[in-house]
Amino acid sequence: MAPSNVAVHESASVQSTRRITNDFSIHIATVNGSGSQTANLVLLRSIFQMGVPVSGKNLFPSNIAGLPTWFTIRANKDGYIGRKKEVDFLVAMNPETAREDVMSLDPGSAVVYDEPLKLDALRDDLVFYPVPFDKLVAPVCPNAKLRKLVRNTIYDGIMAKLLDIDPAEMEKALRKQFGKKVKAAELNQGALKAGWDFAEANLTKRDPFHVERMDRTHGMILVEGNAAAAIGCMMAGVTVVAWYPITPSSSLAEALIGYMREYRIDRETGKATFAIVQAEDELAALGMVLGAGWAGARAMTATAGPGISLMAEFTGLGYYSEVPAVIFDVQRVGPSTGLPTRTSQGDILPTALLSHGDAKHVLLIPSSVGEVYQMAMQAFDVAERLQTPVFVMSDLDLGMNTWMSDPFPYPEGPIDRGKRLDEATLRRLGSFGRYRDVDGDGIPYRTIPGDGLPPYFNRGSGHNADGKYSERPDDFVNNLDRLARKFETAKRYVPAPEILDEPAAEVGFIAYGTSHWAALESRDQLAAEAGLKTAYLRVRAYPFTDEVAAFLGRYRRIYVIEQNRDAQMRALMRIDLATELMARVRSVLHYDGLPIDARSITDSVLAQEAK
Amino acid sequence: MTTTAAPEPGKKTNRIGLEVITYKGGKTTLCAGCGHNAISERIVESFYEMGVDPQSVVKLSGIGCSSKSPAYFLGGSHGFNAVHGRMPSVGTGAVLANRKLIAIGVSGDGDTGAIGIGQFVHLMRRNLPIVYIIEDNGCYGLTKGQFSPTADLGSRLKTGVINDLPPIDTCTLAIELGATFVARSFSGDKKQLLSILKATLSHRGTCMIDVLSPCVTFNDHDGSTKSYSYVKDHDEPMGDVTFVPYFDDIEVEYDPGTTTEVRMHDGSRLYLKKVAEHYDPTHKAQALRLLRETAERGVFATGVLYVERDRPTFVDLLNIVDEPLATLPLAKTRPPKAALDEIMESLR
Repeated sequence: MAPSNVAVHESASVQSTRRITNDFSIHIATVNGSGSQTANLVLLRSIFQMGVPVSGKNLFPSNIAGLPTWFTIRANKDGYIGRKKEVDFLVAMNPETAREDVMSLDPGSAVVYDEPLKLDALRDDLVFYPVPFDKLVAPVCPNAKLRKLVRNTIYDGIMAKLLDIDPAEMEKALRKQFGKKVKAAELNQGALKAGWDFAEANLTKRDPFHVERMDRTHGMILVEGNAAAAIGCMMAGVTVVAWYPITPSSSLAEALIGYMREYRIDRETGKATFAIVQAEDELAALGMVLGAGWAGARAMTATAGPGISLMAEFTGLGYYSEVPAVIFDVQRVGPSTGLPTRTSQGDILPTALLSHGDAKHVLLIPSSVGEVYQMAMQAFDVAERLQTPVFVMSDLDLGMNTWMSDPFPYPEGPIDRGKRLDEATLRRLGSFGRYRDVDGDGIPYRTIPGDGLPPYFNRGSGHNADGKYSERPDDFVNNLDRLARKFETAKRYVPAPEILDEPAAEVGFIAYGTSHWAALESRDQLAAEAGLKTAYLRVRAYPFTDEVAAFLGRYRRIYVIEQNRDAQMRALMRIDLATELMARVRSVLHYDGLPIDARSITDSVLAQEAK
Repeated sequence: MTTTAAPEPGKKTNRIGLEVITYKGGKTTLCAGCGHNAISERIVESFYEMGVDPQSVVKLSGIGCSSKSPAYFLGGSHGFNAVHGRMPSVGTGAVLANRKLIAIGVSGDGDTGAIGIGQFVHLMRRNLPIVYIIEDNGCYGLTKGQFSPTADLGSRLKTGVINDLPPIDTCTLAIELGATFVARSFSGDKKQLLSILKATLSHRGTCMIDVLSPCVTFNDHDGSTKSYSYVKDHDEPMGDVTFVPYFDDIEVEYDPGTTTEVRMHDGSRLYLKKVAEHYDPTHKAQALRLLRETAERGVFATGVLYVERDRPTFVDLLNIVDEPLATLPLAKTRPPKAALDEIMESLR
């Protein structure tokens, strides 16, 4: 059926002669469980293949099917890939949210929508492109049951035509997305073409947005943070994994299972060089990790806020009896069940101090998928070197969204298995005591079951330097002081902050994790729009290395940007850093569950600077 | 500590040349007469007699009086005293990390029956190779005498408080959940407990032993059905349990009556002499019925109640390589560059 048979009336009210190239956000509103994720990724990938920096962010409900879901694609020639508050192009496929979606747009934005919704009646300051999806899908999809899924691919074709996306790139993206499912690919390719043909015949381009080929994604990959973490763990040589499903960390464990089954089967025997257990809960998961770490294996788990709460007691045991463990916290919104499908940085303070009693833990804080990969490997080295649980603080935005990255480099160096007693060291030392500070760095030697060297009793109760049960006051103080010394030593092994100094500036930014992208963009906005120059320090770990205090000393006012209500990183800084320095510190806080955006930071800073 | 000096001539040693003293631990800090001390002594004896290498053993426990006891046996073995009710997970991680380790876990009726009931359930399901001993006295000794979930209905504390909740029968629960070796004994029955412990050391899978171990301080009074006097009066053994280790090559003759031979994986044979009629330890429904019937009579069936020999262990199910995961070299655990390249290509 020729597309012209289904021509519809379009609104001619708004036209634009401007041309905005490679700088826009597309917001696609659909119903979850309708197959829109595939269509979204095809669109994202097409733009990426044209060499334009992109990001894709999923705003999905805590539900399996039937509720509203949104996907935002940001394309930006300058590489700003943090979330953009404003929506330039809306694809309205969900009748339930269509009205609100349209009403929230800025004037001049464009809307592709399902024609029967008659959205063009709502406003006269937008560009409307009505599309009769149901009429288009029927001819390309004879099987009525599949139409719901295939329908979404039509908007890929529409958008490709409207935005000048090379259809060959889109077809390539589609085939990649469907992989071996050739029949499904063919079916969807038909839908794509139907959309393209309809747009070509019936829609007049009246919005300013275009995609033009450029060369900023050459050789890069597209990957979710959780998959990056999984790859890193595998390359680190992890052997024991215990986990419990929870949004948004399940896909980390599941990706790891997939990769390990592919690449970690011993060729000769066909057996696994790993054990992965879906435990009965998060307590058991961490218990298994500690048992394995104590027995000398590289062991990890992945969880989110509620799991971290459950792991508090075992974390304290791991800290006090000094057992290595790696725990990924893919942070979501709490407290309690909170918003399971939204992002935050709300576990920083609780996790740094997890457990009753005096405890402080190493946190590694990645900002990009490349960094998740690197820090995954580093976490195992640090955990075994320091003989303690180490937390990698990711979040839902990083873990479950699609990010661009340079390919991950192969780790060439040796790994650090920490201070393991051997015969030579035992001879040198003369005798073995599990918690003796023989080197002054707070880190003792350890033996492992089965190594034939002197054994010890691992316990959470008070112990002396030889690991024997003790309730003596001096033994307890010595042990706890040594653990504090060990935490100081940790500064040598954790990643230092990334610093961009600005000698002429009075203001410094401190950010961490995924706030990084919005922080970078906000700095440029402030410089361009308000002439306000800023320095920037990105925290990458706890304990804080000396650079953090030094940075505070160099600037008059410092804004700590974070995605939680209680300024948790700032609170942690207050515990460790001098009061005089902390007096210079202010907060920029964002905690609505959506990834932080540059405009929100800029507005907050300007408001505070004006006071 | 493991003695490295050669034993004096004339000193008794086991098949790997170690004396029984090597298997002892530190001095007990439990109450005089505590049933747990007797259990510790049987553990020392059984591991000695079976010629287990202490360097391969890991002893695990939760929290409680029972959980203190690993310090009092096998001083030459690594130990992990975990948190209350969560020792099964630690044991699971340790055994997966090194499948060559021989794990013995000591728990109590509160540690297993109350806070630990969740982890207990899943440990029984998985059939992890571990000897799991519940030192069962029906009360919380370390926190000075509260009821535990195995306390009998109607039993009374020293303070006069009466328990009005029905007890959890850990043996029934274990069998229902899939444990492949379930036994019950009494801390004062030296011969039976020793035989059972020796049998567990040849069983591939989870061995759950509920050992009634009266608390002399908080539970050994007339109101308790776990007191020495009550158990002695009501104890109904499941027959003599004489374990014949394969390497000892001992022949024993039994009186008329059916004898069931159970073959263990290492070739040794366990003989059960039946006192009860038609009892078959490999028949799950019958074991459960026996437990119900004896419980209804206020009696403890003791002995090996259920054995299932050929079920795959958790380690088998995971299809792990034979060498301990903990000590695999990086060459075996870090995939080659070609693998990473392939993954990167798939993400382009």
